[in-house]
Amino acid sequence: MSTSETYHDKVVRQFAIMTVVWGVVGMLVGVIIAAQLLWPALNFDIAWLTYGRLRPLHTNAVIFAFGGSGLFATSYYIVQRTCHAKLFAPKLAAFTFWGWQAVIVAAAITLPLGITQGKEYAELEWPIAILIAVVWIAYAVVFFGTIAQRRVKHIYVANWFFAAYILTIAVLHIVNNLVIPVGLWKSYSIYSGVVDAMVQWWYGHNAVGFFLTAGFLGMMYYFVPKQAQRPIYSYRLSVIHFWALISLYMWAGPHHLHYTTLPDWVQSLGMVFSLMLLAPSWGGMINGIMTLSGAWHKLRTDPILKFLIVSLSFYGMSTFEGPMMSIKTVNALSHYTDWTVGHVHSGALGWVGFITIGSLYALIPRLYGLKQMYSVKLMDWHFWIATIGIVLYIAAMWMAGVMQGLMWRAVNEDGTLTYTFIESIAATYPYYAVRLLGGVLYLSGMLIMVYNVWKTIAQRDAVAVNAPVIKTVAA
Amino acid sequence: MSTFWSWYVIVLTVLSVIGIWWLIRWTSKPIPKEEGGTTHHVWDEDLEEYNNPLPRWWLNMFYISIVFSIGYLLLYPGLGNFAGLLGWSSSGQYQREVDRAEAIYAEIFERFAAVPIPELARDAQAMRAGHNLYMNNCAMCHGSDARGALSFPNLANNDWLWGGTPEALVHSIALGRNGVMPGWGAPLGEDGVAAVTEFTLKLAGRDHDAELAAAGESSYNMFCVACHGPEGRGNPALGAPNLTNDIWLHGGSRTRIAHIIREGVMNEMPAQGHLLGDDRVHVLAAYVYALNLED
Repeated sequence: MSTSETYHDKVVRQFAIMTVVWGVVGMLVGVIIAAQLLWPALNFDIAWLTYGRLRPLHTNAVIFAFGGSGLFATSYYIVQRTCHAKLFAPKLAAFTFWGWQAVIVAAAITLPLGITQGKEYAELEWPIAILIAVVWIAYAVVFFGTIAQRRVKHIYVANWFFAAYILTIAVLHIVNNLVIPVGLWKSYSIYSGVVDAMVQWWYGHNAVGFFLTAGFLGMMYYFVPKQAQRPIYSYRLSVIHFWALISLYMWAGPHHLHYTTLPDWVQSLGMVFSLMLLAPSWGGMINGIMTLSGAWHKLRTDPILKFLIVSLSFYGMSTFEGPMMSIKTVNALSHYTDWTVGHVHSGALGWVGFITIGSLYALIPRLYGLKQMYSVKLMDWHFWIATIGIVLYIAAMWMAGVMQGLMWRAVNEDGTLTYTFIESIAATYPYYAVRLLGGVLYLSGMLIMVYNVWKTIAQRDAVAVNAPVIKTVAA
Repeated sequence: MSTFWSWYVIVLTVLSVIGIWWLIRWTSKPIPKEEGGTTHHVWDEDLEEYNNPLPRWWLNMFYISIVFSIGYLLLYPGLGNFAGLLGWSSSGQYQREVDRAEAIYAEIFERFAAVPIPELARDAQAMRAGHNLYMNNCAMCHGSDARGALSFPNLANNDWLWGGTPEALVHSIALGRNGVMPGWGAPLGEDGVAAVTEFTLKLAGRDHDAELAAAGESSYNMFCVACHGPEGRGNPALGAPNLTNDIWLHGGSRTRIAHIIREGVMNEMPAQGHLLGDDRVHVLAAYVYALNLED
């Protein structure tokens, strides 16, 4: 038993801290654009600050900077612990950290300058897209190399999800970014018309399915049983929901293009495969929540568990809502309204945000040789403020969305439209105000987290230590 | 879609659904005597797994969603070139909805269309319909008060580029208009542009440099008179604006006027007839006509 061997945790610490930093930045930009919808003058007539440029900055910052850094941190941490092995190619891992930060900084510069491919969640122009691909391949080498060096025969379930997410994102990113550059900061997609739209939403929905779902399920499968100190509820539920999830998600993209020039048969396939996704998605929720069965009392005292369990509840809610919205007749009402925005944010703030925050609260003290965050009370405050923020946000957007959908289709007795588009915007103002309040609350929670993390790391007994590799207990 | 790709889609879809069905059957098989215990795998000191059976309600939900999907793919298009037993298509649904709406509402607009525009302009019910049509089809350019904006004509000031008769209004709305003023910077030169600008201001009765205006008059009579006329009153047959009434569609500052003389300007009113149909265009023409009635 060589006890001198330790895990490579420096890169985990770096990514974990940047997750918190980018979370604040991304959510702050979100709050700014939410305020712009209420008070358009807040762009100060400066092109860089206009809604159209800041909105992709917000989505890229929260998904790829906050979410991405969180996934890097936790996957590097988890894959080492559950393989009982150090990271493969630690220098390459260090490259993924600096490379990923460079991508984020490049995004933060180019998007406000108006440099964009104009594809949602794939805005970054080709030089940055190439850097993303290089970093991602390095990530895959580190991750799968570590898996190959594992000292346990069975691969832990969290790693299945991380593996699927890393592989699929590489394929999605590369295929959707096949472009012909016509200058350093301008390119044209090799696809045209409806094919371009379909490739984009094949990418777009699988970015949700594999980046924002599979990746964070990997996080969930480690931190929920760890924090609850209970075994995973059901191994075969893991098996079935994993395989069903990754095979069915691939088909769901066309539901973003209902009632467009996309051929009817593709729309139908997108819809039915989205419906069949409901059960596999809920499989993950059941496995997470039922893991806590027998330890429910811990929810009373442990804010980390509160974050994790509530995130699973939001995961269940938005994965029910998603299939419903993919039904053509429902989509005819919900499409192009703020209902979609509400749906995305119940997934983003509730599921992705909370699972990440809960996991970081569990992870950060361990990375500094501590048992617990500086203040449990502040974690509790964070939890409640953010939860209220989410509820305000998504309730406002649901009501606004359904109202808009109904206003757009209302007709008078002579068949003319009852409302103009601008009247529906004016009617949305109160909901925009509530949404802004929800966003401000969620951001305030993040600021509490920054303080708590700062105080945790600044404690005298906080030392950045690399934990020793644990030898396998059983084969 | 060629037969090959149609079968490609069908086979891939059917295999995926069968694969999911098989996966459920395979994983939901009862496992003897493992309930209650773990799988005996341990990771990271204390991570273990139970192997509880799949919840019955959850399995049923999964089965129902698959059965529904199979039924849907039989009834609706989805499996390649197979059109579905119901023969449904999104364009067919659209056409049915349009037909249903026309069956109810066409008669109302036919009634309006039978009334001459000057008379219809005083019909309150028709003008309510006209207002709704205007707000949803025209207001985004001409403004909710119909007073236009820079480069978008004011429809309520009784000044008409293309004529304000009922026939001219119907034409403008149904078929659209393309206004073209060529740029004269090259033949006139910078001095010529400045001179014609002053003459244009003189035509409008505005402050101008008399000496330059006099110099510009001969150029006006050579280059501009064909469209704008000897007195500058324009020509509705060409969409050439009246220059004497101090209404400036593209801006009336000295710099703007000089710019347009130098560079020219193009403007388009897009055709609406194919979107709205003749009867609704008739009502809209009456609505615009009514905006300009004196009382």
